[in-house]
Amino acid sequence: MTDVITRADEQTRTPPPVSRKGGARDRWVRRAPLLPALVFAIIVTQVPFLVTVYFSTLSWNALRPGSKKFVGLDNYVTVLTDDRMRSALVNTVILTAGAVIFSMILGLALAVLLDRKFLGRSIVRTMLITPFLIMPVAAALLWKHGIYNPDYGLINGIFGGSTAWATSYPKTAIIATLVWQWTPFMMLILLAGLQSQSNDVLEAARMDGANAWRIFTRMTLPHLRQYLELGALLGSIYLVNTFDAIFTITQGGPGTATTNLPYQIYQTIFSKYEYGEASAAGVVVVILTIIVATFALRVISGLFKVEEGR
Amino acid sequence: MTGTASGRRVADAAWGVVAWIAGIIFVFPVIWMLLTSLKQAKDVTTNPPVWFFTPTFEHFANVFDSNITPFLLNSLMASVFSTLLVVVLATPAAYALSLRPVAKWTDVLFFFISTKMMPVVAAVLPVYLLTVEIGMKDNIWTMVVLYTSMNLPLAIWMMRSFLLEVPREVLEAGEVDGAGLILSIRRIILPMVSPGLAATALICFIFTWNEFFLAVNLTDTNASTAPIFLLGFISGRGPFLADLSAAAVLLSLPVLLAGWVAQNKLVRGLSMGAVK
Repeated sequence: MTDVITRADEQTRTPPPVSRKGGARDRWVRRAPLLPALVFAIIVTQVPFLVTVYFSTLSWNALRPGSKKFVGLDNYVTVLTDDRMRSALVNTVILTAGAVIFSMILGLALAVLLDRKFLGRSIVRTMLITPFLIMPVAAALLWKHGIYNPDYGLINGIFGGSTAWATSYPKTAIIATLVWQWTPFMMLILLAGLQSQSNDVLEAARMDGANAWRIFTRMTLPHLRQYLELGALLGSIYLVNTFDAIFTITQGGPGTATTNLPYQIYQTIFSKYEYGEASAAGVVVVILTIIVATFALRVISGLFKVEEGR
Repeated sequence: MTGTASGRRVADAAWGVVAWIAGIIFVFPVIWMLLTSLKQAKDVTTNPPVWFFTPTFEHFANVFDSNITPFLLNSLMASVFSTLLVVVLATPAAYALSLRPVAKWTDVLFFFISTKMMPVVAAVLPVYLLTVEIGMKDNIWTMVVLYTSMNLPLAIWMMRSFLLEVPREVLEAGEVDGAGLILSIRRIILPMVSPGLAATALICFIFTWNEFFLAVNLTDTNASTAPIFLLGFISGRGPFLADLSAAAVLLSLPVLLAGWVAQNKLVRGLSMGAVK
């Protein structure tokens, strides 16, 4: 993306100090292993983004030859005032927040269950991570045709009725599919958090007669805070880009009920050929992501510091 | 004390049952998919659903009869080559950001993670136009390059977290023994991080195999990957759901296996190495 993201904290886990001795040659010996990856990343990710920024200042529809001319920030005005774009923005927030919040709650409950010892724990864990591993397009197709279908879908098959779930409740249908796929992700992060909690302290609290609920709310949740933050932020960064489920289950519809920004931009490029406008929308998405990502980096830095302190 | 201890054991068992039920509910759609793929055509679209039936493999046969091979080969090529390229680029870079760090290693590290956070929609148009321009659209090597850049930050962060676990004492002991740089990398570092390297590769493989957005926009007929094959499978003909389920089971299988194998390291990859 951009290197504009300000580092939350200089102090991540410290590797051995960089020795100051040794001249230019030593510095280049150190840099050499890094350079191929760095150059590759700059060419493949930064250059297209800069070109997108340039495109975003053009009035450019691929269907009108010769329409490519500089219009400054006009596309941004269009994007920010256009009803479709605004509804796409609102849908993006609803779908992302809905999926993150529900998968977080379920993930926390499952992580607490898995943190206990019981017979077949590793089998249950394997079952629980399975939805995350199913190819997202396959999962979306499975939910659309196998579960939401009004005539032979699993929901109506078990509970009766003839509701067309994906068209009657499009946002809920998308969110449910995403929650099913992303709960394992949240669960794994929160489980790692639970297992990093010191057993001795918990045991001592139990000896002091604190009940399970009190231990959970007073000790476990505060300890989990940064893992919850990390899960929410990484989850948001991945889920803001949701495309597979929308493309497959609702095609953004009915109407524009489930059209989020990625799907809107996809349509603007590949159905309307409004390249300038699509680029401006893309830049807007990047700016929104930077805001979320800045918080994410702060959390990640915080976790590295905790690791160091232990 | 024994009273509370056995009481806790009973509670643990009860919660264990709850966990089992939750696990079965979560995995159930996948089981449903598997069941559907094994049903006779007449049992697929019934309401209420048929639970007991004579299994058939005809839908799997149908999948293999519908020209799946090029899609599988494309997915395999994209996954294998991009994963190899990622490992080759990321491992030395991670080394230069951990054990023998460059001066501004924090800046570099955060630069890489920030490229991962860029929504791919914001870069797809220039890439699309360029690939059309130079005749590289619908080419599997274009996909290899793009998937490499998609997974590179994750691999660097993950490999770095594994490299930092190599104890300093071991490295210093190697230096005292007069082991050169190359020798200490080969004899000491690589063996110690190879489980981490394998986990990193598996996670890159998972993400590449499942990728859809770039594949749907940058491929047509030659370079289409497995997810695109699935979409083509939705047709009007007959009860397609069973064939679709069979294809979905088959195409999800490689990643399911990779994920189950790597499950202990999965969380580390997903959190960029921040959580162990």
